[in-house]
Amino acid sequence: MSDTAGEQHPIGIYLKIWLLLFILSACSYMVDYFAVQSYLRWTLIITFMLLKAGLIVAIFMHFQWERLALKYTLLLPTLAILVLISLMMIEGDYTFATRHAFFDRG
Amino acid sequence: MKPADPISSDYSQPGVPGMVRDWGADKQAFDMPWGKLMMWIFLLSDTFIFSIFLTGYMNVRLSATDPWPPTSEVFALTLGGVYLPLVLIAIMTFILITSSGTMAMAVNYAYRGDRRRTVILMAATAVLGASFVGLQAFEWSKLIHEGVRPWGNPWGAAQFGSAFFMITGFHGLHVSAGVIYLAIIARKVARGDYEKKGYAIVEITGLYWHFVDLVWVFIFAFFYLW
Repeated sequence: MSDTAGEQHPIGIYLKIWLLLFILSACSYMVDYFAVQSYLRWTLIITFMLLKAGLIVAIFMHFQWERLALKYTLLLPTLAILVLISLMMIEGDYTFATRHAFFDRG
Repeated sequence: MKPADPISSDYSQPGVPGMVRDWGADKQAFDMPWGKLMMWIFLLSDTFIFSIFLTGYMNVRLSATDPWPPTSEVFALTLGGVYLPLVLIAIMTFILITSSGTMAMAVNYAYRGDRRRTVILMAATAVLGASFVGLQAFEWSKLIHEGVRPWGNPWGAAQFGSAFFMITGFHGLHVSAGVIYLAIIARKVARGDYEKKGYAIVEITGLYWHFVDLVWVFIFAFFYLW
């Protein structure tokens, strides 16, 4: 088995990613600290989140060095989550509208 | 080299043709020990669990008519006379990221056969994880003391409490289990149990630990910062 990806990488790469994750976390904390609001806030939060998640999965979990057979096995099923999120967004908005229409009149 | 045989593969062909061959050849589809594959599949199922929690949280937050409690203020602390919003969560985030860094290095040293460094780094990871759980316990008791319950809280939408306890509680449980898992494996590494079997087990433990860190990234963004 050629499952020895770990030993081919110098320690330095982990320290660099660690530093990057620190900086990205500090950035997302700054979003809150300086009370950035609305769409800029959400865009920044999601950007930093996806960058951090990507670095952890790709480098720390060695995902980028795995074979395509595993990558697709793990990534394709997660698309179902996006479907769930979209459905629950519609559902949430609908519930909110219904509550407003029927509960807030008193 | 002999020409490529359509029904065998040595996991060397790249890209989509390589994937088709991995799946189609008369051999195991994944080029890894079964334990590592099972950990990946488990993590995929865990991804679904946490996604469902976060989606449920999104749904109740969207549909709540009361204002959502201001997390920035709820999780603020005054340290040395300075008011810092969300500072406890920031510290917890840095602790967990650091523990992921030490874990990644432990995996690297394990494959190099450096048992001493592996054990030290795994122990450091476990200690950082335990301190994360400690801070979370502090956070929980602070909020419970301030009157947060799964069915209500002093600041707004009642759904805040149930989402908070459910999501952070389940994540905390994962961290606690990870600390125990790390301690057990580190002890076995120190004892030399894996000298013959090889050190894939450290990588498998690492996968679990990084996943716990990964989940926190999403909780941090969606629950605390949003």
